[in-house]
Amino acid sequence: MSGDSLLIGGGALAKGGHGLHGLLGGHHGLRILLLVLAVAAAAVLVVALTRRARAARHTPKGRSAVPAAPTSAAGMPGHALAGSLRPASARRDGGAIVARGLSKHYGKKVAVDDLSFEVQPGHVTGFLGPNGAGKSTTMRMIMGLDAPDRGSVTVYGRPYHSLGWPLREVGALLEARSVHPGRSAYAHLWMLARTNNIARSRVDEVLEIVGLTSVAHQRAGQFSLGMGQRLGIAGALLGDPGVLLFDEPVNGLDTDGIRWVRQLLRDLAADGRTVFVSSHLMSELAQTVDHVVVIGKGHLIADLPIAEFTSRNAHGYVRLRSPQLDRLRPALEEAGAILTAGPDGSLLVHDLPVEKIGELAWQKSVLLYELAPQSASLEEAFIESTEGNLEFHGDPPLEAHGVSQP
Amino acid sequence: MTVEASVPPPADSAAGTRAGHYGFGAVLDSERIKIVSVRSTVWTLLATAVVGIGLSAVVTSAQAARYSARTAAAQQAFDPTHSSLSGILFAQLAIGVLAVLVVTAEYSTGTIRATFAAVPRRPLVLTAKVILFSVITFIVGEAVSFAAFLIGQGILSGKTPTASLSDPSAVRAVIGGGLYLVALGLLALGIATIIRHTAASISVFVGSLFVLPIIAAVLPSSYSDDISRFLPQQIGTVMTTAHYHGTDTFGPWTGFIILCAYAAAALMTGAALLLRRDA
Repeated sequence: MSGDSLLIGGGALAKGGHGLHGLLGGHHGLRILLLVLAVAAAAVLVVALTRRARAARHTPKGRSAVPAAPTSAAGMPGHALAGSLRPASARRDGGAIVARGLSKHYGKKVAVDDLSFEVQPGHVTGFLGPNGAGKSTTMRMIMGLDAPDRGSVTVYGRPYHSLGWPLREVGALLEARSVHPGRSAYAHLWMLARTNNIARSRVDEVLEIVGLTSVAHQRAGQFSLGMGQRLGIAGALLGDPGVLLFDEPVNGLDTDGIRWVRQLLRDLAADGRTVFVSSHLMSELAQTVDHVVVIGKGHLIADLPIAEFTSRNAHGYVRLRSPQLDRLRPALEEAGAILTAGPDGSLLVHDLPVEKIGELAWQKSVLLYELAPQSASLEEAFIESTEGNLEFHGDPPLEAHGVSQP
Repeated sequence: MTVEASVPPPADSAAGTRAGHYGFGAVLDSERIKIVSVRSTVWTLLATAVVGIGLSAVVTSAQAARYSARTAAAQQAFDPTHSSLSGILFAQLAIGVLAVLVVTAEYSTGTIRATFAAVPRRPLVLTAKVILFSVITFIVGEAVSFAAFLIGQGILSGKTPTASLSDPSAVRAVIGGGLYLVALGLLALGIATIIRHTAASISVFVGSLFVLPIIAAVLPSSYSDDISRFLPQQIGTVMTTAHYHGTDTFGPWTGFIILCAYAAAALMTGAALLLRRDA
């Protein structure tokens, strides 16, 4: 019998001619009708299931409706956040995100090595480092997606997995493409919102905030990279969280989009929220961040306010043009300046304030065509600090205000 | 800047925590939104219905046509119920694909990270998927099974003996057809949770259905019978047969329990890995 049952499929194929003949024979019209009806019934069931989901009018308790965010005249999405204002002072006692001795390896590759830092509320904290430095790994560990080998990371003093309403505490843009291409933007956000009892109206709000309202019911697979990024940001804002993580948020955005993201980050921080944003390009964030955490090869390189980071790592210089440079040179060197040759016969003066240079020129009666201070760019500071960061290996971080354990 | 006025910040806002906890009902509803918002659900369920009902009708017609030419012993052994449900053993492929996609689509698209960020207690997500999938598959599976049975008996009528729903054994077999799809689908869901890749999961699932019987068949028959009775396909055959005459197999309910045990083992393994692995 077991052999017989295994061969039924084969038998059906071999005798398919008879079967089809039987089915199509004149006496069997009723049976074909029955077959069609049964298939139709199954199809109706499936469609009904789908409809039921679309028609569902769930209004889970939580926040209630909030007026839609205004759209600015320029056509850019407004960045009203519709969030409860969180006083920055309330959480001053400790960082909102605290990483301690965080380490993670994949196979033999060390992704993050003994990383400690804190992220404070009310600031935009840049998380910087070259590609492969361990930024995304760190972000995933904060979110409890990857487990650290050693060390710990907490949000508001608690490990991520013990948060009662994770989406309302932490919002994250981890990867632009973490959306099923066949699912609409709306369904993606709604299924996330539902888990944390976030009201349906909030889905409409965040779609409005990121400017995707008109394409909300299109399948996400049809979205451009920039639209996908906006959808990811909408997901991060969904729970109106106090802590926001953005992994490379401006990837794939056009100039307007980049400007919009920068403003959004600033607004979120101004609200008293904790904003932690990664980038491998310093220039993307130069005007946006208040504080930087710089890593290279999984190690902490710097954890400093942005101004301090710039002044420590990129030194300004003064460009000097004069027909009488030879008379000025010895005096500058005597004053401790380091001189290098600039373009067009100019002289670049390092490590000497512009005022002092002017004073020396006056004393030596040297005619100056140009005396131009050049401020260090953040990009230079970043490259300088991460380039060959092996130099820093073994040295204590410039200023880790996390705990440094021996 | 609009400031939300309706919900005052909870008392413990300063500590950065809110009262309460996300619950299972919400996770279950989220999974429902997921499963109905992708087209693959509709297609796989439609395929289940078409294959389950259509192939049953084709096989039944073939058997009706050759019934009179068969030996008396074969006529004696003919089970009209099983004949009309034979498409179920093919519809299981479509159900298996749906079960696999319920899990692996999250990994292949990266949605799993959003899911686990929203619901860090991962077994809750798996449990919700299991329950939702079971309910959907039970409804569709039973509908397909009953439709196939009724159509099949119509085809057989006048040519062979027929079964009717007044026979408890026939009812058991028809219900068994739907239950078989549920249990087998859960096995596929467990396999997918372990493997996480669509193609590999489907390969392992199909292999366990169609390759294992071939391996068992080429073994010496003393081993073969001992092994065959444990194979899902064999269990499915018994479950969808009203009057089974063989002695080398498990009974329909014992077989069903064994099948459920396979599914449970795969799901438990998947859950353990889910807790240990990085998302």
